Amino acid sequence: MKREGLSHDRLADMYHRMWLIRYFDRSAMEQYQYGRMRGTTHAYIGEEAVAVGACAALDHGDYITSTHRGHGHCLAKGGDPKLMMAELLGKATGYCRGKGGSMHIADLDLGILGANGIVGGGIGIATGAAYSADLRDSGQVAVCFFGDGASNQGVLMEAANMAALWKLPVIYLCEENKYAEFSPSLPFIAVERIEQKARAFGLPGLTVNGNDVLAVYEAVRQAAGRARRGDGPTLLVAQTYRIEGHTVGDPLTYRPKGEAEAWKSPERDPISRFGLYLVEQAGFAEEELEMLQRGAEDEIGAAVEFAINSPDPEVASLWEDVYA
Amino acid sequence: MTIRRLQYRQALNEALHEEMARDPVICMLGEDIGSYGGPFKITEGLYERFGEKRVRDTPISEAGFCGLAVGAAITGLRPVVEVLYVDFVTLAMDQIVNQAAKARYMFGGKACVPLVIRAQGGGGRGNAAQHSQSLEMWFVHVPGLVVVQPSTPYDAKGLLKSAIRDDNPVLFLEHKLLYNTTGPVPDEEYLVPIGVADVKRAGDDVTIVATSRMVLFALDAAEELARGGIEAEVIDPRTLKPLDIETIIRSVQRTGRLVVVNEGHLTGGFTAEVAARVQREAFDWLDAPIMQVATEDVPLPYAGPLELEAIPNEQDIVNAARSIVY
Repeated sequence: MKREGLSHDRLADMYHRMWLIRYFDRSAMEQYQYGRMRGTTHAYIGEEAVAVGACAALDHGDYITSTHRGHGHCLAKGGDPKLMMAELLGKATGYCRGKGGSMHIADLDLGILGANGIVGGGIGIATGAAYSADLRDSGQVAVCFFGDGASNQGVLMEAANMAALWKLPVIYLCEENKYAEFSPSLPFIAVERIEQKARAFGLPGLTVNGNDVLAVYEAVRQAAGRARRGDGPTLLVAQTYRIEGHTVGDPLTYRPKGEAEAWKSPERDPISRFGLYLVEQAGFAEEELEMLQRGAEDEIGAAVEFAINSPDPEVASLWEDVYA
Repeated sequence: MTIRRLQYRQALNEALHEEMARDPVICMLGEDIGSYGGPFKITEGLYERFGEKRVRDTPISEAGFCGLAVGAAITGLRPVVEVLYVDFVTLAMDQIVNQAAKARYMFGGKACVPLVIRAQGGGGRGNAAQHSQSLEMWFVHVPGLVVVQPSTPYDAKGLLKSAIRDDNPVLFLEHKLLYNTTGPVPDEEYLVPIGVADVKRAGDDVTIVATSRMVLFALDAAEELARGGIEAEVIDPRTLKPLDIETIIRSVQRTGRLVVVNEGHLTGGFTAEVAARVQREAFDWLDAPIMQVATEDVPLPYAGPLELEAIPNEQDIVNAARSIVY
């Protein structure tokens, strides 16, 4: 594993954030089961290395667009778990004042241009943010997170073509988590490897181990450098695994028995394997890792407390913010 | 104030030149809008003047470039998109309806989406079913969108400038058969406010509310009615959403009679919406049923006699007015 430019503190922060995501989504599923959430929610458990590795390679002002499975991207880019959990519980203190819920969290000040309820919905927006950065000559980069299912959406071909034509600073980061809604994804993708689609779009395509946070970091760092130099977009495919179902309560009848268990092994689980690396190759003590993990757990516990104790939105706010 | 006569297309072109010169974050995306100057010549001279980054000639990718425009709008630009025919916005409905219209509300008021989508629609030129529609009501139905439909060169210029300065996503819907019409346009800078109707002709006997090209037919119909002693008041809402219902109701309170004319289809259309609002808010003032004049519920046909039959004309408006003025 390479870790160019990553100090001890930054590695610690990445490890902490991965646990933050895992505890957040475990809590989100619990809150749903307690009946405190409406609609549904989509857990990012098992995919933490993709969001954390990618966002570690970005600057504060860079943009991301996220997906329906978006809590991890938001936390990785610096989103506040208190405001996120309050939003999940539909509270007035939430990121969207209770108007958006799990699938519509945004923090524009952090460059988080929104999770999205439409599969592939962020692709045009991320490409537009890159066009905006290019026109304003701001040096910003946009990372578009989307899944293997979304790689079949037509807007990807349209937007990626324009990004390649105009050398826009955008990174299409496909999280190949093996499932598309309630089906395995591969039977619906005609090419052998998703990165092959990049050739048709006219941009470089690269596949990385999406459970290796430093591999994702390094790939995004290089793609971002390319984008900032004016060399255009990249398609990165991060191969990972969706441990949970599409939504809470998904019976997972379409998944082979034992498959998820294999991905949970310490050698494959993104957090465990990063922990092993930190101890064996980066000089971390076990106690420090435990402290980082416990810190994340406490932070999410506090977020849940904050959310539960927050007020519901005033009914009058129904009419607010339809128009500017 | 100097008044010139300009074509509707020239008025739009002037608005774009003036606004792009005023504000460097205004940019354009669309097919053939660059060095070609736009298939309807609305964007002539912009590419040469403002460069390829601000006037982006796009591939034929409506979903893609409308999506780009949403992303650009929420990150500090003010994009103006040209969709060649309003019929093609069907390809970009996710971007307009799910993304642009909802970002502000969904994100709790934090996003601002200053985006204009220009498109021309309407029939009368034999462009058949996929190039002749009037789809304004699809967008009127979506909270978060503003829908503007100017009928004169003056309104076209003043409203386009207002739309570009507005912080909401605006559907700016032109009519292919209005591009060559002419009208007075001042030399001086002016704006036409969004959400304000215009009384195009005063009259006391019947109110005719008409939109886009139908305003021209309504004005001709009013002249014909006047020859028979009926004075019609013609109101152009100019903005369909938000609708200036107050101006319509004030007129109906005086005339007691209402004809609503729109080139969209009859069922579920603009005429039904206005009729519902007026009967709800001015029922006691009505002396006759509200008449709806709209396009027949058929896809727009190609052959001349068929298309003429499908789309409202001056005589349809005259007949509707006469049937309720007694």
